[in-house]
Amino acid sequence: MTVTRGRFAEWSQESAVALLAETSTSPGPVLMSLQAVQDRFGYVPAEAVSLIADACNVSRADVHGVLTFYSDLRTSPAPDVPVRLCAAEACQSVGGRELKRDWERRCGESAELSEATGADEPVFCLGNCALAPAALVGGALVGRATVEKVESMVRGSLEESR
Amino acid sequence: MTVWFVSRDSAARSVGADEVADAFVDHGHTVVRTSSRGLLWLEPLVERVDDDGARIGWSNVTPDAVSSEGVSSNFVGRVEDIDFLARQDRWIFERMGITDPVDPEDYLAHGGMVGLRAALEMSASDVVDSVVESGLRGRGGAGFPAGIKWRTVAETPASPHHGEPATAPAHKYICVNADEGDSGTYADRMVMEGDPFLLLEGMAIAAHAVGADRGIVYVRSEYPDAISVMTEAVDIARANGWLGEGILGSLVSFDVEIRVGAGSYVCGEETAMLESIEGRRGMVRTKPPLPAIEGLFGTPTVINNVLTIASVPSILARGSSAYAALGTDASHGTQVFQLSGNVARGGIVESAFGISANELVYDFGGGTLSGRGVRAVQIGGPLGAYLPPDRLDVPMGYETLAESGGMLGHGGLVVFDDTVDMAAQARFAMEFCAEESCGKCTPCRIGSVRGVEVIDRIRGGEDAAFHEDVLRDLCEVMTDGSLCAMGGLTPMPVLSALDNFPEDFGHAAGGE
Repeated sequence: MTVTRGRFAEWSQESAVALLAETSTSPGPVLMSLQAVQDRFGYVPAEAVSLIADACNVSRADVHGVLTFYSDLRTSPAPDVPVRLCAAEACQSVGGRELKRDWERRCGESAELSEATGADEPVFCLGNCALAPAALVGGALVGRATVEKVESMVRGSLEESR
Repeated sequence: MTVWFVSRDSAARSVGADEVADAFVDHGHTVVRTSSRGLLWLEPLVERVDDDGARIGWSNVTPDAVSSEGVSSNFVGRVEDIDFLARQDRWIFERMGITDPVDPEDYLAHGGMVGLRAALEMSASDVVDSVVESGLRGRGGAGFPAGIKWRTVAETPASPHHGEPATAPAHKYICVNADEGDSGTYADRMVMEGDPFLLLEGMAIAAHAVGADRGIVYVRSEYPDAISVMTEAVDIARANGWLGEGILGSLVSFDVEIRVGAGSYVCGEETAMLESIEGRRGMVRTKPPLPAIEGLFGTPTVINNVLTIASVPSILARGSSAYAALGTDASHGTQVFQLSGNVARGGIVESAFGISANELVYDFGGGTLSGRGVRAVQIGGPLGAYLPPDRLDVPMGYETLAESGGMLGHGGLVVFDDTVDMAAQARFAMEFCAEESCGKCTPCRIGSVRGVEVIDRIRGGEDAAFHEDVLRDLCEVMTDGSLCAMGGLTPMPVLSALDNFPEDFGHAAGGE
């Protein structure tokens, strides 16, 4: 359960163009190109949209359409330690809704926590349904998640990066 | 020096398997990271070989319990004698928990590549016939006979990507749908993390059978470990001649690419998946044309679920008649059932079809985790029905479940205890559809939003009988008018909750 904090490159048009030269040659390149940009920079900056459109030989509207369809793709930088709590049925059956409520309350009490983790973005199923409720804390999967467990992982990760 | 086996499955890691493995190393032991047995309530489960050569295990191990002597508590005896495991019939999961997922030698030593070698000795059409005879049906939920789909692709000539000239290279594709988004299912994830060569072997058999040269595994982004293991396995398979030019010295050439989803449930629908692989919004396509004739980039494409493809190597290795002999009249072979949610013993049960939901939930699962009574079991994912305890005698199979108003789906069973509010579950089904609808067809896009609103009115006691009629009418429109299963099946959890648990909607059975 090692929390890996996203360490992303600063936006650079030059580096994006070089990256897109690789991804844009495969068949059906738009989604892959968006994913590649996000993998490198942590999000898809507005400037990237026209670069991708040019590289893939499609309109900016086409790129915008794909960018806004998929919930993974983000247009602003991710928080330091994103926390995603599973909102699907298997987790609901063992207190997933209550976990989400309590976690939000906890973040309401602590500016440090809420700033580090950002708003919880709903995720439907993390594939850990036998050990529910499940959470993803900074990319690490947590089983039998509790507010205390999630908080200690977030704090551990913040501690480490200081 | 004792060798300890510790699972590297992400479920095991989510409850501390990495820390346990580190503790063994710190105490001077050797650790081999294996796949998981699927006895997930026992994780972290650690094993070693005893004097008789059998694997013995310790469950729910914490780093504190590890010393230079071994493990101090929670001894479970011989792992293969654990009732939960001993009573299963494992075909797909035969190596799970035993081997190192990315060790090709381990794979060969435990029956790997026997199916592919057998297939390469046969003509392509004989391989198709074997799969037809096995009775294997699609494990993604639709239950279409896999062999018939393969035959269609085999009989359709390869073609260039659409938009390319007729003289461009012609292709056929094998697309594995690993966008396992159903809550309560994780068997695809476990296969990809735990036995990736099995999936690649099955794909290579399919490629030989239908004449495909390219393969794609479309994995959801929520499965980062599966993505990295599959990516590593593809490289290792190429290095071993299991993929690439002239597989195992035959004339079959086939290569595989891993594609990653981007957080869209509807991309588990086969045509939405094709759109996503082609880099567009995951919007459902109208059929026809069938993907088997005009699929990925317009070429003939086999689209199978992970478990469908993973069934194929053992069918070829052990014989299609042995496989067909398992199960029921119309549902042959084994299904990998996944026990989840509020269940005491959650995990994988691979068993022949025909086993009842009762046996799965009580005999294997041990009832609820909370110790309270079972109130409902949702079978087949978020689009499956909520069944009450008195309906759990239904034998598991595609038709038997359909007759009882449910569906098999991807084989997941999510258990709820008596604290569940079924009206809240019905509302969630509509909310989920509203969130994940691709938006192409109106009944799904608008109906789901209206569904949430109307359920809120019923729960609020606002003219409940009238609004129940509206809800039923809406569900009929969604069922009959939606393009794909997303909108078409969302009414199943909603209506099963309403019909089986009317008291949760604030009125007596039947409404008026």
